[in-house]
Amino acid sequence: MKGNKKAVRYNKWGYIFLIPFIMVYVVFQFIPMVTTIYNSFFENYMSGLTQIGPRFVGLENYKNLFAQGDIGLYMKNTLVMWIICFIPQILLSLLLGAWFSDVRLKLKGTRFFKTVIYLPNLIMASAFSMLFFTLFSDGGPINSLLMQIGFISEPYKFLSNVGSARGLIALMNCLMWFGNTTILLMAGMMGIDTALFEAAEVDGATSTQVFFKITLPLLRPILVYVMITSLIGGLQLFDVPQILTNGTGDPMRSTMTLIMFLNKHLYSKNYGMAGALSVVLFVITAVLSLIVFKVTGNDKRKG
Amino acid sequence: MKKKIISTILCASMAVSMFAGCGGNTESTASEGTAEETAKDETAAAEESADAEGAAETAEGGKVLNIYCWNEEFKSRLTDHYPGYTEIDATSGTIGDVTVKWNITPSDDNAYQNNLDATLLKQADAAADDKIDLFLVEADYALKYVDTDYTMAVSDLGIDLAEFDNQYQYTKDIVTDSNGVLKGVSWQGCPGALFYNREAAKEILGTDDPAEVQKAVADWPTFNATAEKVKAAGYSMVSSVNDTYRVYSNNVSSKWVEDGKINIDANIMNWVNDSKALVDAGQAGTHELWSDDWSKGFYPEGKVFCYFGPAWLVNFSMAADSEGSIANLGGWGATEGPQGFYWGGTWICAAAGTDNADVVKDIMLQLTANEEIMKEIVVQDDDFVNNKPAMEAMAEDASYQSKVLGGQNPLSMYCAGAGKIDLSNQSAYDQGCNEEFQNAMKNYYEGNASLDEALELFYTAVQEKYPELTH
Repeated sequence: MKGNKKAVRYNKWGYIFLIPFIMVYVVFQFIPMVTTIYNSFFENYMSGLTQIGPRFVGLENYKNLFAQGDIGLYMKNTLVMWIICFIPQILLSLLLGAWFSDVRLKLKGTRFFKTVIYLPNLIMASAFSMLFFTLFSDGGPINSLLMQIGFISEPYKFLSNVGSARGLIALMNCLMWFGNTTILLMAGMMGIDTALFEAAEVDGATSTQVFFKITLPLLRPILVYVMITSLIGGLQLFDVPQILTNGTGDPMRSTMTLIMFLNKHLYSKNYGMAGALSVVLFVITAVLSLIVFKVTGNDKRKG
Repeated sequence: MKKKIISTILCASMAVSMFAGCGGNTESTASEGTAEETAKDETAAAEESADAEGAAETAEGGKVLNIYCWNEEFKSRLTDHYPGYTEIDATSGTIGDVTVKWNITPSDDNAYQNNLDATLLKQADAAADDKIDLFLVEADYALKYVDTDYTMAVSDLGIDLAEFDNQYQYTKDIVTDSNGVLKGVSWQGCPGALFYNREAAKEILGTDDPAEVQKAVADWPTFNATAEKVKAAGYSMVSSVNDTYRVYSNNVSSKWVEDGKINIDANIMNWVNDSKALVDAGQAGTHELWSDDWSKGFYPEGKVFCYFGPAWLVNFSMAADSEGSIANLGGWGATEGPQGFYWGGTWICAAAGTDNADVVKDIMLQLTANEEIMKEIVVQDDDFVNNKPAMEAMAEDASYQSKVLGGQNPLSMYCAGAGKIDLSNQSAYDQGCNEEFQNAMKNYYEGNASLDEALELFYTAVQEKYPELTH
């Protein structure tokens, strides 16, 4: 016992070093989260300059949220747009990642290209969507171009058709994020033991076989991680469709995402409804995070 | 050891990025909790201070005059016509020894009102030099501000209301609160007219004489029949169906909201039916107003027959300054159109708690009651000012010619229009309802929804903006 007391103990330093994180977390994450949940039980909004509430209404906000039935539509929109963005994005990233990390190809200037494909991510999403809005407007350059080469005779209303509007949003997101995904996947691929590739080569495997039998299976944890983070990011899709459709989510709200719906409630500073919607989003995100935690954490083969 | 150093650095950088990452998205949530509490206190406080200010009137002049507005229009009026205003740079100027600070926030996405609301709610606690002294409102949402204690009664500024006897009654009705107190003034009247492309009129109707053109657009059935001829000549009748919206919506016989229920007037439904026909026949587009596609018709290549608008549309918005535009060439003509209407207008309101009441008072008087200055505005800026005798005198004056209208004097037409404007069917919800109605109907016109679906969308969108309403 006595000896224990005399021994130098470093435990307290652990706690001291944790303080900054805990403080930041509590002030900027935990307290806002709790107040959001708290707010979701109140009727609380502004009508003009007059404050209505706050009045405790229990689960009324949640009931309204689901009774209107639109939340399902917005969830579907969000997921559809995420899927049509994610599939081409992951394919493209896998291909580029495989090329960049393949030692046999000896590609020149990979550093340059890695930078270039990451660049679209640095443009502000709002600037990017303004650009697309102008390019694809009814009288915009894309329409004039298509009409000049005789592809169409009437301007095609890209933003008034469900398919093209969603497609444009997915395309922009894909362009913005495939560089990031490529770099993540490439990091995963470079972590694979080169001895495996060499052994495969000695055994006479084709590069297709190497990719599907060695690279992909060993890349699985990274792939799952990329997918889940992308899904969480996709759920929070907001800036691109908001700017592109001027906040309306046209046509017929088929491009309105969950966060755009949340933003609609901020016009009247409706903290009750916005809070309820945020809590629903929080639950979905939490479930997804749990999945990623389970999948990557329980992968015994890694160890 | 090396490893330890590296890991420390990594930890530090992680912590820093945490800070950076968390800051943004939490700010808004963090303020949620406090906003509700402070809002209450401040309403009470503002009421008190409103009373106090009202009594104290023009005590001591402050050093800074804060003006809140959404574009450069009022600034250019003040710069050009207010005696004693000196411009320093784009966001500031001086009047005597008072510094004028412009706080310009665009109206897009409600940004102007959000900013104004937030600042007004904090008005009672703000330092004297940070208080809003003067802010501008538009007709669509004037009642939202006028019907509160955040706006000061004009008479409390020490202005004799008789000064405004020459103003058009409707401009006063808009900014009169539910107790009948006048709380703002405007220098402009906004009776609307139909502006037609003279070249196109000659080509299609064989004349560009306003009286003759009027016959082709005298009422909606004739208007729609003309649209066919216009289409045959390769023009669109109007740039967008949203152009005609105001003309219908100003001639309604009921309010948007009656007893807390959303109500769609019969004349609004006429707009829907007429517009659907125009769009289906390819005689009009569905662009939003102010979009690039909408303003293409400001140039001859845009091939648009007419626009509906008030005086400020021609003067301020139709690219009169750029080479090659129709306005620049003086190629527009003006006529009354199918129905009378007004559009927009800017009202000057004094914020309760202002420390520059005397300056605000003088700005109001000079710009809205000084006949000399008002005439100057008409001549220099083609605006229609809020002064009945002055306008009527100028309407008679053959020497006054509007450049953008190819030398036409449109004032008698505006004068007649301004007298007829009836604002009895205004409500505080007009802005949200008008915007959302046009947004929702766009889906119907473009064939993405049936009429019922589009109406349902309209109700949903309005209830999101105003949760207290039902339908």
